[in-house]
Amino acid sequence: MTPRARTPYTIRLFSMMQRGHWIALGAFLAATLVVVPILNLVVPEGSAFHVSAYAITLVGKIMCYAMVAVAMDLIWGFGGILSLGHGLFFALGGYAFGMYLMRQIGRDGSYQSDLPDFMVFLDWKGLPWYWSGSDSFLWVSLLVVAVPAIVAFVFGYFAFRSRIKGVYFSIITQALTYAAMLLFFRNETGFGGNNGFTDFKRILGYSITAPETRLVLFGLTALLLAATLLFARWLTTSKFGRVLTAIRDAESRVMFIGYNPLWYKLTIWTISAVLCGIAGALYVPQVGIINPSEMSPANSIEIAIWVAVGGRGTLIGPVVGAFVVNLAKSWFTVSFPEYWLFFLGLLFIVVTLLLPQGLVGLWQAIREKVQNTRAGHATPGEK
Amino acid sequence: MGSRDVLRKIIGIDPDEPSKFGFASKQRVLDISHNVILYLDDITVSFDGFKALNKLNLTIDAGELRCIIGPNGAGKTTMMDVITGKTRPDTGSAYFGQTIDLTRLTEPEIAHIGIGRKFQKPTIFDQHTAFENLELAMKTDKRVRRSLVATLSGEDGDRIAEALRLIRLDREADRPAGLLSHGQKQWLEIGMLLMQEPKLLLLDEPVAGMTDDETMRTAELFVSLAGTHSLVVVEHDMAFVEKLGGKVTVLHEGSVLAEGDLATVQNDQRVIEVYLGR
Repeated sequence: MTPRARTPYTIRLFSMMQRGHWIALGAFLAATLVVVPILNLVVPEGSAFHVSAYAITLVGKIMCYAMVAVAMDLIWGFGGILSLGHGLFFALGGYAFGMYLMRQIGRDGSYQSDLPDFMVFLDWKGLPWYWSGSDSFLWVSLLVVAVPAIVAFVFGYFAFRSRIKGVYFSIITQALTYAAMLLFFRNETGFGGNNGFTDFKRILGYSITAPETRLVLFGLTALLLAATLLFARWLTTSKFGRVLTAIRDAESRVMFIGYNPLWYKLTIWTISAVLCGIAGALYVPQVGIINPSEMSPANSIEIAIWVAVGGRGTLIGPVVGAFVVNLAKSWFTVSFPEYWLFFLGLLFIVVTLLLPQGLVGLWQAIREKVQNTRAGHATPGEK
Repeated sequence: MGSRDVLRKIIGIDPDEPSKFGFASKQRVLDISHNVILYLDDITVSFDGFKALNKLNLTIDAGELRCIIGPNGAGKTTMMDVITGKTRPDTGSAYFGQTIDLTRLTEPEIAHIGIGRKFQKPTIFDQHTAFENLELAMKTDKRVRRSLVATLSGEDGDRIAEALRLIRLDREADRPAGLLSHGQKQWLEIGMLLMQEPKLLLLDEPVAGMTDDETMRTAELFVSLAGTHSLVVVEHDMAFVEKLGGKVTVLHEGSVLAEGDLATVQNDQRVIEVYLGR
């Protein structure tokens, strides 16, 4: 046991990840911020190296999902709280930013009105009060963060204070997102009913379909995914993170050594919701639509499956899971659309039964085995 | 009543308990001017009509080492639940020193004022190392905003190292606690208790599953803690109780049956009936 001295903050920040991980992160950013834009804009369309707009939108979308998966892992993998309502926070962020995109359409809609088309269709004469300020990019950016945060904080405060845990908590979150979906389906709610928001034209005055705009959104998503991973890494390696996993493993002990689990759970819950909201805001301009089906219970369950497939309690696992499941989904829904849900269910069962640590756990087990065999060959005669 | 108080009332926070809202905790000073650290007065707890505690009266002196014995279902664990805020009594009062009403505080608040508890089954953080277990238990500001930026100072590290030596886990410091032996887990939990710097220690069957050697070392540790700390030990192992040498309280059906030194209690006719009669 050597006594541990206090180390400067910058050094602690860099030492929170191994060098290999920093290099991987750098490679990821170089690929998404430099290589992909060149392959898309400079390399001609016929070339084998050309990256299509379709691929960029697909990967951009999946990176948004990956952010949600990391957020889910913080609350589930590290905090031991399974939310089946995270789609709600994603959709709230998406709707908040969608309001701005709707206002950016201006008079270019089908009815040439200052109001969004669906409001004209409903014969509304003016914007509802909660749409005020929605033409300001800064204001909606604030909403993207604040709305999920407030909803999560209020809901979480009452749920955690009442010491609702385990499957009961999961069911209530599921009910919450379902109730929100029904609310958003109504035309009177003022968010476009079951059609939601679509037909976006501009963002900050730039055409939303222009290749450059698409690449900027793609790059921004990559940056924020990287930032989310770093932030999550910092959070889980702090003392806060250790208390969080301690709550997951033995909550009563945590209470009896003087921590109030309520505030720890509420903090990570709210952080997780905000990350989902930001992901939703990045998702909407890239995909071009947001509607209440994003809040459907099945969507939220799928988020949990990404995390389980990739590996709970590891930060890279959820990213891997989000990519593997969604790439499989986009292939399946084209080739065998009717079998996708069966495959998803099968995948979940296989992972739950055979791979409790997910794909990352499998990878680690294989690597260990290979290393052991090598060590065995290197030193024959020794066990 | 100010608007903040009204708001707190609506969301169910007692305005007299600012610490619940994460604000600086109201100073609660332990007053042991009458040389008594714990008063349990007329406490009754019933679960679905079954009286786990029935008008229990118990006082623990400051610096005392008290053993509680009694058959299964006598109410020993429920008594600890009442003292640590896990269970609220139906009637009766529980005071820590002269002034602090335990029935109004939450579990973390009770931990902060200096009551530490060891569970019957060793309850430690399996995924964390022994070192981290002690780090988390260490007496400090345990609010979220401090934990986010907390770093260990050199003195903190020394204190943890010292505790690890005391509980003989210095060689296991960086092993996940889940891999320790049962006896080592018991010791680790005792070590976590000590890191909290409690004034009163509640120990529920601390030597269960320990070897004889470990049991005797535990007894020595507890005896050395008495005087500067007050200890309440629930135990079935009579050799261990004898080694501790303090006053013994016998619980039966939720109330005190007998109290005195071990020899007196063992010769009490009612005690013999309860333990041996059936």
